Amino acid sequence: MISDGVEDEEKWLAEGIAGIQHNAFYMHRALDSNNLREALKYSALLLSELRTSRLSPHKYYELYMRAFDELRKLEMFFKEVDRHGCSVVDLYELVQHAGNILPRLYLLCTVGSVYIKSKEAPAKDVLKDLVEMCRAVQHPIRGLFLRSYLAQVSRDKLPDIGSEYEGDADTALDAVEFVLQNFTEMNKLWVRLQYQGPVRIKERREKERSELRDLVGKNLHVLSQIEGVDLEVYKGTVLPRVLEQVVNCKDELAQYYLMDCIIQVFPDEYHLQTLETLLGACPQLQPTVDIKTVLSQLMERLSNYAASSPEVLPEFLQVEAFTKLSSAIGKVIEAQVDMPIVGAITLYVSLLTFTLRVHPDRLDYVDKVLGACVKKLSSKAKLEDSKATKQVVALLSAPLEKYNDIVTSLTLSNYPRVMDHLDNGTNKVMAMVIIQSIMKNNTCISTDDKVEVLFELIKGLIKDLDGIPVDELDDEDFKEEQNSVARLIHMLYNDDPEEMLQIICTVREHIMTGGPKRLPFTVPSLVFSALKLVRRLQGQDGDVVGEEVPATPKKIFQLLSQTIEALSSVPSPELALRLYLQCAEAANDCDLEPVAYEFFTQAFILYEEEVADSKAQVTAIHLIIGTLQRMNVFGIENRDTLTHKATGYSAKLLKKPDQCRAVYACSHLFWVDDQDGIKDGERVLLCLKRSLRIANAAQQMANVTRGSSGPVTLFVEILNKYLYFFEKGNPQITSAAIQGLVELIRTEMQSDSTTPNPVSDAFFARTLQYIQFQKQKGGAMGEKYDSIKV
Amino acid sequence: MVLVLAIGDLHIPHRAPDLPAKFKSMLVPGKIQHIICTGNLCIKEVHDYLKSLCPSLHITRGEYDEDARYPETKTLTIGQFKLGLCHGHQVVPWGDLDSLAMLQRQLDVDILVSGHTHQFKAYKHEGGVVINPGSATGAYSSITYEVNPSFVLMDIDGLRVVVYVYELIDGEVKVDKIDFKKTATASTNPTD
Repeated sequence: MISDGVEDEEKWLAEGIAGIQHNAFYMHRALDSNNLREALKYSALLLSELRTSRLSPHKYYELYMRAFDELRKLEMFFKEVDRHGCSVVDLYELVQHAGNILPRLYLLCTVGSVYIKSKEAPAKDVLKDLVEMCRAVQHPIRGLFLRSYLAQVSRDKLPDIGSEYEGDADTALDAVEFVLQNFTEMNKLWVRLQYQGPVRIKERREKERSELRDLVGKNLHVLSQIEGVDLEVYKGTVLPRVLEQVVNCKDELAQYYLMDCIIQVFPDEYHLQTLETLLGACPQLQPTVDIKTVLSQLMERLSNYAASSPEVLPEFLQVEAFTKLSSAIGKVIEAQVDMPIVGAITLYVSLLTFTLRVHPDRLDYVDKVLGACVKKLSSKAKLEDSKATKQVVALLSAPLEKYNDIVTSLTLSNYPRVMDHLDNGTNKVMAMVIIQSIMKNNTCISTDDKVEVLFELIKGLIKDLDGIPVDELDDEDFKEEQNSVARLIHMLYNDDPEEMLQIICTVREHIMTGGPKRLPFTVPSLVFSALKLVRRLQGQDGDVVGEEVPATPKKIFQLLSQTIEALSSVPSPELALRLYLQCAEAANDCDLEPVAYEFFTQAFILYEEEVADSKAQVTAIHLIIGTLQRMNVFGIENRDTLTHKATGYSAKLLKKPDQCRAVYACSHLFWVDDQDGIKDGERVLLCLKRSLRIANAAQQMANVTRGSSGPVTLFVEILNKYLYFFEKGNPQITSAAIQGLVELIRTEMQSDSTTPNPVSDAFFARTLQYIQFQKQKGGAMGEKYDSIKV
Repeated sequence: MVLVLAIGDLHIPHRAPDLPAKFKSMLVPGKIQHIICTGNLCIKEVHDYLKSLCPSLHITRGEYDEDARYPETKTLTIGQFKLGLCHGHQVVPWGDLDSLAMLQRQLDVDILVSGHTHQFKAYKHEGGVVINPGSATGAYSSITYEVNPSFVLMDIDGLRVVVYVYELIDGEVKVDKIDFKKTATASTNPTD
């Protein structure tokens, strides 16, 4: 049935256009022969086509435009009085004799336009007459188009101040009055359209109404263009009258459109000054009106206004814009109980954006907005709506972006409360956003209480929330998260050792709740942060007279010990071993022998009991040897115990070459090049000889198991070590011993059973080269090397 | 003219959050032909970052590196020079130049690049050159106090290598350079 209607409409439109064209032809003939009577007759006939009720607005518009074009020609004819000999006053009278009301009024408006232009009567009088006469047409579509025609032809003839039609009044109130009246009547007609026709085509009605809305809105645009409409006139007359109509019409479509129109069409400056009035209308609107979009639009405009003209910012304060907007929003949310949560949050996001742009220094305002949001969110435990979640993330991200310094956002008391309402996944996303903001801006967080707030905010990353284990997480994502936390720890710093220690303790408390999965990532960062503090305190012993100074290296080492111990729950023995050794070295530098010894003990225990992998053992033993070699705090007994252990374990490594290397590395434990360093030549030699024995055994084993000797590399290495200690002046290393080794290597290399190996060949060649070089040096070195023949 | 970046001991995230901003802005992709990295990155993110600067990336294992598959030592030839790479925690005493020279002989290289001490060094001896690029992030070291972030850029041209060291001191990047020339018979002498 509808489709039939459409086809019929096309037919009717075609008929209407044909009718217009037909009568226009004769009208043109009349105009050409200056025949007023004929012209009037045919123009009336032409205009009669507009009397149809069968067309939808879209089609009616097409018909209207044809008529409009013809009326322009007619108007030109009317203007040239000498062509038709009728004065405009008489003409105005004459056209009222037209038979039907609609053509009569169109003609009257056309003459009216000429009348005003002739200035034979004040514009205001003519306009008043016309706008009231148009009341005679109450059919919505016909009435709307007629009044639209009136608006069009009067547009450039309004008695505005400074215009040629001003008359003797020096205000634009008459012009305003005219436009307001036309607007009011048009709106009434427009609303009435909703109730026309059977209910089942309601949807189509709404679509048709939508098509017509600009006709009504145009009036507001005209009002904004009137010169004489300044802030006073707007405030006193225009806005109250327009709002009166908006509220009274009680029509959802009209209210939404017109509120939006007002906001878009009038200057922001006016909105600022009439904020109370404008916002006051909101609760009076129909409950189904999407007022939140309207409010968001308003706030966005005002935000942009503030951003582009900072000099108006004091005005915002003066009119208490924030308070008014905030309270209006509150009222709307309260009134519209069915508003979905995403709607309310969106409103708060707009308000927050506004606040950050207009009053960025008023953290109390920002906090208030967050607080209002918390209140709204409290009705649910956790958010599940993804759109609402997105809005909450936007809400939380806005202060971060505005105040590049995270520390400012940390002072907002409601910030963590908003975060609490996010589901776990989004909470973590938000935590990452916060960390990234800190890293990007290179922010340093320097007080313990701020660190506490920060770690509360990111608790989703620090531990399992609600007891939900972390297994479900993607491995890569989890690593990225934890590494971010690790990096974050280095951004927490204070020059004052007491405060720094507090910070370290706070961080420690938090990361300890992380569980075995997280500790390997977070503990190292904390340990090194603490070691840096130890180094700063190295000079001080807490000996300040009378005062208890909590931050001493000793206290920090206790803390470190407990922290590293936690890694046993993971378990992470290799990492823990390394960290113990780091602490040992630091304790050494602080002259704390028992502490250093204890750390070594822990390292050795881990080595004995936990490090099972042979490759890991090799690395671990070299780390132990390397660290031990640098220790100068140990007394003879302690040192002996530890070096004995080290050499013992070196000799017990699985593979012979590894044993060999570790043992000759141990030789350095007995020779430290400092002035007070140990220089036990005998034990050095013992180590080297032992490693030589192992190398021999390795060769023999290779013979037996593979039928040929292994490479002579080990021997060359040991030779190099002999040279090292020889040069350092170890009396136990003789040139004869060195010579013997050189011969041994040569023999081995030339032996049938040895597989030739270019790597060890090159190594040996370069070693010999080195010896040559040293001989050629002359002086003391040359003398030393003199007896060695290569 | 081949540009080689020698860099290492970043210790991200254990001891440092990131490379200094001034270094990051200097290290752009496409300018360097090789990267040799002494180790202790420590995480994959850093590996990927270095790889993005230059696809020819050579790394040796540091004792804190996440990836256990990096080799203990590596050798490569660039132009006329043989380079050796090793983190350095394996060479006891740590930082001892004579012991490092032994490693150099063992690997049979002209230039040995090693780290671990976090202190920049460029040392010439009759066997060649030993270079330590320091720590690119200025990370904490038990061995060196007051570590300034640093890295090394080597310009290898024929028998000559110019070593540029970039150090971040009090917020400013300072550059120094040292020339080394290799005679055709494989021993290296410094020229100013």
